[in-house]
Amino acid sequence: MSQQYPALLVVVPLLSAMIISIAGWVNKRWCFPIAVAALGVAACSSVGLLLQVLDQGKVIYLMGGWPPPMGIAYYIDHLNGLVLPVVSIVALLNLIAAKKSIEQQFPDKIGPFYSLYVLMVAGLLGIVATGDAFNLYVLLEIAALTGYGLLAMGEERAPLATLNYLYMGTIGACFYLLGVGYLYIVTGSLNMVDIAGILPDLYQSKAVLAAFIICMVGVWLKMAFFPLHAWLPNAYTYASSAATGLIAPLVTKVMIYVMIRLMLTVFTPAFVFSFLNVSDAIVWLAVIAIVTGGVLALAERDLKKMLAYIIVAEVGYMVGGAWLGNRDGMTGAILHIVNDALMTLCVFLVVGNIVYKVKSYAFENLQGLFRKMPFTMGAFVIGAMSIIGVPPTCGFFSKWYLITGAIAAGHYAFMAALLFSSLVSVVLFFRVFEICFHEPFSDNHGHDHHSEAMDEAPLSMLVPLLIVAATLIVVGLYTGVIVNQIIQFAIPASLV
Amino acid sequence: METIETITSIKPLLAVLISLLVVPILVSSRTPNVREAWTFVAAIAKFLLVISMLPVVLNGAEIVYTVAEVLPGVAIKFRVDAFGMLFALVSSSLWIVTTIYSIGYMRGLKEHSQTRYFCYFALALSATIGVAFSANLLTMYLFYEMLSFATYPLVTHHQDREARSSGRKYLLYIVGTSIAFVLPAMMISYSLAGTLEFSGQGFLAGTSSKEVTILLLVLFLFGFAKAGIMPFHSWLPAAMVAPTPVSALLHAVAVVKVGVFSIVRVLTGVFGTDLLLSLNLGTFIVYLASFTILVGSLIALSQDGLKRRLAFSTIAQLSYIVLGVGLLSPKGITGGVVHIAMHAFGKITLFMCAGAIFVATGKKNISEMVGIGRRMPITMTAFFIASLSIIGLPPCGGFLSKWYLVLGSLEAHQMPILFVLLTSSLLNAAYFMPIVYKAFFCTPQEAMFENTVQEAPLFCVVPLVITAIISIILFFYPQPFFRLADIMVRNITGM
Repeated sequence: MSQQYPALLVVVPLLSAMIISIAGWVNKRWCFPIAVAALGVAACSSVGLLLQVLDQGKVIYLMGGWPPPMGIAYYIDHLNGLVLPVVSIVALLNLIAAKKSIEQQFPDKIGPFYSLYVLMVAGLLGIVATGDAFNLYVLLEIAALTGYGLLAMGEERAPLATLNYLYMGTIGACFYLLGVGYLYIVTGSLNMVDIAGILPDLYQSKAVLAAFIICMVGVWLKMAFFPLHAWLPNAYTYASSAATGLIAPLVTKVMIYVMIRLMLTVFTPAFVFSFLNVSDAIVWLAVIAIVTGGVLALAERDLKKMLAYIIVAEVGYMVGGAWLGNRDGMTGAILHIVNDALMTLCVFLVVGNIVYKVKSYAFENLQGLFRKMPFTMGAFVIGAMSIIGVPPTCGFFSKWYLITGAIAAGHYAFMAALLFSSLVSVVLFFRVFEICFHEPFSDNHGHDHHSEAMDEAPLSMLVPLLIVAATLIVVGLYTGVIVNQIIQFAIPASLV
Repeated sequence: METIETITSIKPLLAVLISLLVVPILVSSRTPNVREAWTFVAAIAKFLLVISMLPVVLNGAEIVYTVAEVLPGVAIKFRVDAFGMLFALVSSSLWIVTTIYSIGYMRGLKEHSQTRYFCYFALALSATIGVAFSANLLTMYLFYEMLSFATYPLVTHHQDREARSSGRKYLLYIVGTSIAFVLPAMMISYSLAGTLEFSGQGFLAGTSSKEVTILLLVLFLFGFAKAGIMPFHSWLPAAMVAPTPVSALLHAVAVVKVGVFSIVRVLTGVFGTDLLLSLNLGTFIVYLASFTILVGSLIALSQDGLKRRLAFSTIAQLSYIVLGVGLLSPKGITGGVVHIAMHAFGKITLFMCAGAIFVATGKKNISEMVGIGRRMPITMTAFFIASLSIIGLPPCGGFLSKWYLVLGSLEAHQMPILFVLLTSSLLNAAYFMPIVYKAFFCTPQEAMFENTVQEAPLFCVVPLVITAIISIILFFYPQPFFRLADIMVRNITGM
């Protein structure tokens, strides 16, 4: 059984997605338990895999027993060993929290929704687990197509925003495919480890350079790295809270993982940092991404879009950290994949709860929320602290590594951008908190603030949220363990 | 220098957490009496925990406890040394007094959201003790930020427009400077020295160039804006919109003292006195502080709002502490450090008097307080005693710390500073004494109050009498604070 974790991870959700869509025809009430069970199995397998990786170093699984380079190999090391549990657990928690809001928003589409949801998670997990560059493309498309479907089920403007995303996302995926094609022409292999072994002799080849650039641009498009971010804010804002709760924390982070995987395993640091001389320029792009993301977020007057722009800035954190070209920066980027997934989930679950109760996420409708929804707002404060980067929440520690990396690389603009982003986040979140805390204003020094009755979201939404909020602090305190036991081994020794 | 004996114990962690742990109880308490009883339990337990560590520290040992190693070479770690103990003693003992006062004040004014108020108060105290017991810069930063955010709901308690704009200013100054200045300074120090652990002689010596050291010093001095060094002081008068017990404990004792405590800690534990002496940076610190002292006192003269006058007085007095440590001489450091305690007891009395006057008469401005001594004789007598302490006259504790500051400036051969200290004392007298004079000695035509004695509720009056009496007692028995200061000075100068 424990040898089959990599297969269970992807196959169980994949099959369950089909079962759910059939079950949806028979009885809608069956869909949710099946989905939870499927993602539960995936979560357990991913944790089991992580433990195996910690124990043995790496896990290689041959799909159907076919050896590479012909067959597809799933290749789990410390890098994706860390990302897999994050993806599966975030997806599971959001699924549980989403139940009520799905029933409220699309009572007639429950079956298709869960089916797409679980299929998408299968795609995301596959992307992270696979060791095959072409298989990655296939799974990328699975995740993307289901993602379009999920995002389009939303407000009136959702389909149009998603169409925009669909164009950009498809172009991104095509770029990636094209890059893989070049690599295949040059190396004759699609297996990542295999390619990495063949490439060093071919570093001078223009085709390899082209493959790398095309792959990177494709991946950047998919992760909404500035200036390729334009599709993200609208697509995320107008979708349902259940869908954004899955997609906002995970899709960009999984794409960051793909980028780091390409940089570290496929093309190797020797090629990326020593042979190519572009790190500096890309870190500058990241600086611009961070600053622009922050400033655009400031201009927004509704909560969800503001958070969407924060994601754009956060993508800048991770791309910049990865391209600093040193160990601290890379550690920060990988750690931030984990932390950002968790804190984005936290704030989007908060939005979900607010939308469930208030039916709006515009600033002016958030008045008095501290009184009405104290637990949700408490979790929101913790999530905000993490995004601002206040210790002991986890966001502080990844920022710490990113800044240490920036200092070590002498890239002070990146450090300044990170600090600027923290300051902007303080303004962003406290602007919201002020509305929730002070308004509606009453006269007479607040003495006649009548205690409005508490009107919290249902427990099934609240409990996952509180778990995530607590996790933000726990993960922060265990940063030392995560870095020393896992991330340290995820980065090749050649990167210092 | 002999090595310092260290003892591992969980007590510091408990002392920090105890007020955090009662928060759920406070929230779920059904009646105000139960809630406030639990606040008392927490306050007294915290004080006893702190006290129980005192003998060890007085013997020259230190208590350490590591929570988790979060970054290579940097842990969330507590260390109880003499300086931290001194600060923890002051703030935990005053929490008890302030709790009594809060009950009188909040009930007297029928304030809303009292549960929230007591919860965040408890949180703020956790953070304060956390700062006091921090073993390294990261832990200190953690609790420093926690204090900033925990006090925001207290400062903006009234939830009206004025509270919102003041709260904005408060956060902008406090959090803005800590993220923009302290955080990068901390990271640069870490990348230079590879550690953030406070040590007797600092960890920066020998790792950074002169220019970088000066840059770091400036970043740290202004970054800890809670200390109110000009030009980053104006959050303090703005924060006076808070209910008076908040101003009393947090803005005369906890928050602002956390600021100066952090500065002193960084000057001694990160830079080290030798490094500062060798680069002659003490002079810079001293003159920066002198400027704040004189300008702060001058502005205080012109304020009519009693709490605002006290706020500017606080800004000036805080810089005494920075000045004392900036002198870098043993007596100067002793004076500065002991001033943390002396000023705390004096200033909290003054704030509580201001609050008592507000509760009893609704008056906030000094010009409306003519003849108030006849109506509230006890309160105004306490006010008089406390202002003597702040001015630095016997028989009050404030005299001793100022005396040491004067000795310190002589020891450091800084004659201009002597002049600054004396001028400031005169200014202090000039902005306090007229209040007291007008309160007691006015013609019957001037008097704005009737001659009947009518004090604020007992819960308000008792605490301020206690702290006023302690201010006097500290003149005769200042030993615990001086002994702690001596141990600290011995550790950091090696003498």
